[in-house]
Amino acid sequence: MAPTNQSNSRELLAIGTRAPDFTLNATPDQKISLSDFRGRPVVLVFYPADWSPVCGDQVALYNEMLGEFSESNAQVLGISVDGAWCHLAFAKDRHLHFPLLADFEPKGEVSRKYGAYHEEQGESARALFVIDANGIIRWNHLSPDGVNPGADGILKALDALTPEERGSATAGSTP
Amino acid sequence: MTAIDASGTLTPPVSDGDHAQGPGNAKVTLVEYGDYECSYCGRAHPIVKKLQAQLGKQLRFVFRNFPLRQAHPHALHAAIAAEAVGAHGEREFWHMHDTLYEHQDALEDEDLARYAEAIGVPASEIAVAFAGGRFAERVRTDFRGGTRSGVNGTPTFFVNGERYDGNWTDVENFASVLRNAARARR
Repeated sequence: MAPTNQSNSRELLAIGTRAPDFTLNATPDQKISLSDFRGRPVVLVFYPADWSPVCGDQVALYNEMLGEFSESNAQVLGISVDGAWCHLAFAKDRHLHFPLLADFEPKGEVSRKYGAYHEEQGESARALFVIDANGIIRWNHLSPDGVNPGADGILKALDALTPEERGSATAGSTP
Repeated sequence: MTAIDASGTLTPPVSDGDHAQGPGNAKVTLVEYGDYECSYCGRAHPIVKKLQAQLGKQLRFVFRNFPLRQAHPHALHAAIAAEAVGAHGEREFWHMHDTLYEHQDALEDEDLARYAEAIGVPASEIAVAFAGGRFAERVRTDFRGGTRSGVNGTPTFFVNGERYDGNWTDVENFASVLRNAARARR
């Protein structure tokens, strides 16, 4: 796929930088922080909107792959500007088994921090980040809004993590 | 910008283990990752038939399973049933494949058993396959290959190993894409 930084989003937060921590609602009465997952990789999935066709396909795909992601010890987190009640209805309708976080108030604040926000549309960009167990960004990808990026890039990025970056190296320190 | 390119390349490539129609030395190989309960795949089914009719021996068509189980509760068993029937031969596999896409509104376990029996495969074999084993494993292997290949929904097509992101609903357009791919191979 061709490089896709022509969109009106700012540049994605770069590989090698520390992923900014955030705390967002996963449900109307439950908040999740990125730092809750320190010690394991996180796949951050920014997407424009619940219910839109391409987004629906993309989250449905990752939902089917949770077993594969967990083989890399990874947690998937979806993020859009939809509110927690909207996420709840969408997750229920699609039988989603991973958290959808509401970047709702202040709107888009977290997406902006990651360079994954479209000011004009007022929506998150379709951006992916793989963050290692130490909280460092190891891979990123920005797709055109209408293109579902699939999961091959995520899987390759997770494969490329060292055991230490995967957070599964506790036994590996003493050979 | 990205350290690793998300390229959408078919992994693993087509092999003798795949379900294929058309000559092995065809100039174009079209691979579909599909789900038997997916309505878009149902729409794609007659389109693939038309492409096969138009391209004839120039085209080899390969089908791999990509059941989205959370979205389509019958998809996994349908895929397993097709594989179990396919153990009796490629002719049987494709017969079952066509039957499933022509009856997407009736994919309960009883229906799948009935379709298998009509093809001459005992219903008991299908029931055993649902419980696990090599056919379920085959479906799982297909799915994992799909995620590695950049499958992003169903159906996803690959033309000579590269993901096709263009329009597939227009037969003439898709046929010309395939003809161009055949020419590029010459």
